[in-house]
Amino acid sequence: MRKLISALLLAIAPSLVLAAGGGIKLDHANIDVSNKEAIQRGAKTFVNYCLSCHSASYMRYNRLGADAGMTDQQLKDNLIFTRNKKGEQTKVGELMKIAMNDDYAKEAFGTKIPDLTVISRSRGADWLYTYLRTFYADPSRPTGHNNKAFPDVGMPNVLWEMQGVQEAEIRVDENGTKHVEKLTITQPGTHTVAEFDAVVNDLVTYLVYMGEPMQLERKRLGFYILIFLFIFFIVAYMLKKEYWKDVH
Amino acid sequence: MNKLLGWVDDRFPLMALWDDHMAKYYAPKNFNFWYFFGSLALLVLVIQILSGIFLTMHYKPDGALAFASVEYIMRDVPYGWLIRYMHSTGASAFFVVVYLHMFRGLMYGSYKQPRELIWLFGMFIYLALMAEAFMGYLLPWGQMSYWGAQVIISLFGAIPWIGDALTLWIRGDYVISDATLNRFFALHVIALPLVLVGLVVAHLIALHEVGSNNPDGVEIKKNKDENGIPKDGIPFHPYYSVKDIVGVIVFLMFFVAVMFFAPEMGGYFIEHANFVPADPLKTPEHIAPVWYFTPFYAILRAVPDKLLGVIAMFASIAVLFVMPWLDRCKVKSIRYRATIYKVNLAAFVVSFLVLGYLGMLPATPGRTLAAQIFSIIYFGFFAVLWYTSKDEKTKPVPERVTK
Repeated sequence: MRKLISALLLAIAPSLVLAAGGGIKLDHANIDVSNKEAIQRGAKTFVNYCLSCHSASYMRYNRLGADAGMTDQQLKDNLIFTRNKKGEQTKVGELMKIAMNDDYAKEAFGTKIPDLTVISRSRGADWLYTYLRTFYADPSRPTGHNNKAFPDVGMPNVLWEMQGVQEAEIRVDENGTKHVEKLTITQPGTHTVAEFDAVVNDLVTYLVYMGEPMQLERKRLGFYILIFLFIFFIVAYMLKKEYWKDVH
Repeated sequence: MNKLLGWVDDRFPLMALWDDHMAKYYAPKNFNFWYFFGSLALLVLVIQILSGIFLTMHYKPDGALAFASVEYIMRDVPYGWLIRYMHSTGASAFFVVVYLHMFRGLMYGSYKQPRELIWLFGMFIYLALMAEAFMGYLLPWGQMSYWGAQVIISLFGAIPWIGDALTLWIRGDYVISDATLNRFFALHVIALPLVLVGLVVAHLIALHEVGSNNPDGVEIKKNKDENGIPKDGIPFHPYYSVKDIVGVIVFLMFFVAVMFFAPEMGGYFIEHANFVPADPLKTPEHIAPVWYFTPFYAILRAVPDKLLGVIAMFASIAVLFVMPWLDRCKVKSIRYRATIYKVNLAAFVVSFLVLGYLGMLPATPGRTLAAQIFSIIYFGFFAVLWYTSKDEKTKPVPERVTK
């Protein structure tokens, strides 16, 4: 009986955490969405490196401006690089859309390119932080790169200039599955490892912010509502006591 | 004011209704913690209807627009995020409250004579609620919405002869599509809420006809004073109305804590995969229904044969309907029942929780074995109950309610 119970416990034990990351151990991203400078830096990386293949079609430029403390002019000067059909610069109140369509993306990359507005809510910050830092050289791939967190990914290693090129030590297990054991930078980029990690951390901070721009407001409001409920509770409890005095 | 009231009362039984259901509805004075969940379920129903009305004003039931319209609500509609989280948290809260409410019924024998109909109405509410939640979950049009619906609807395909035609009829298409989304929207916002509200009214009318049970399972109507008022009864209003307000506030504290600080509840209330728009060509790695369906999903997967699994799953819900006739013990409350009933009920609760946990995880041979064992315990509850309840060695039930 005891054996049976322990067998059952073992069967149940492996937690849900493993299901999300495809089995690899994720590096921990240090996210603080109240850090406006980090969001600004992340947004800059985002519009320069991501927002030409990836859209963020539920996010407005001026929402970012309002939340991260940037004026409309600052947005126009630093973050908006797209134009509308008339050839004018995209307006600050517009959504972060891109010119590429799904058909072209399929031709170029073999797949539809995901919108990134809520990517942090489906993938999680740690996964994104790991993914963006674990591209490695793999001549067998059309883009010349493969990825530890997302094997055989269609996306090229967009940030390679900063990070440099990494080589992987790969172990093939008895089932023929490849495991990336170790990554080493063989060709340095413009950034040191620490600098590059900070850039990616800012970028992921921006993605987490963009996934739910109202998240700070939500917690602030929730705090006041809880205080209100607590006071209301005291009053209601005293009222109940008063009424129930005569119930025996 | 009194004149107006009199004018209305001459034309509509306002005061009579108030008295029948509030001021002169005598409820047992010994209600405990477990008796909060009925009124809380009503509260959540109101929350869901109100927040739902506002969501409907901005949501677009269209395969091409639905996902974006939810994000539009989250970002561009003033306090849209609040309404949306209220509705998504409310869905899970509804099941938490209803499960505790049903467990109360099992503990204190609230389904027994003369309250069989209350229980049956309640079970129909539960069924309608499951349908309502299932159809509502398709509307955000995320990957889990899409593939969850795909899996559940395909279950009907296991029915011999008519299966394929039936799934086609439910979907309105060969796959889950815009047609499915539109009809689920109609059912979710009109048809099922009407059914739910109607059933809740019937549930309450039946309850107020026979009177409430209580933790002692004593019929308070058997002991009345010279005015015909139960000696152990107190008017629902003001006693239980003020008490329920306290319960409502405590409940809202939990509700607000989830809604404002962890609206996804770690992926249990809003699943991570549902932040990816529905894609008919890409199956998610792992498809699991939302937590409140997982016990039944685990039972489904525990049976190797698809049709038998579907039958087992429906049976696990259907068997609850006949509780009033399965349980042949005359004593209502667990307080005065034999140890065997207590152990049996505890095993049932444990099996329900473990099955719920297993239903969330991808299946492995070990987990399937566990699900099979706990499915047997789940159904075993009813078999053991039927067998042992007839000549159960019960303790003497007091004449009046205890403190």
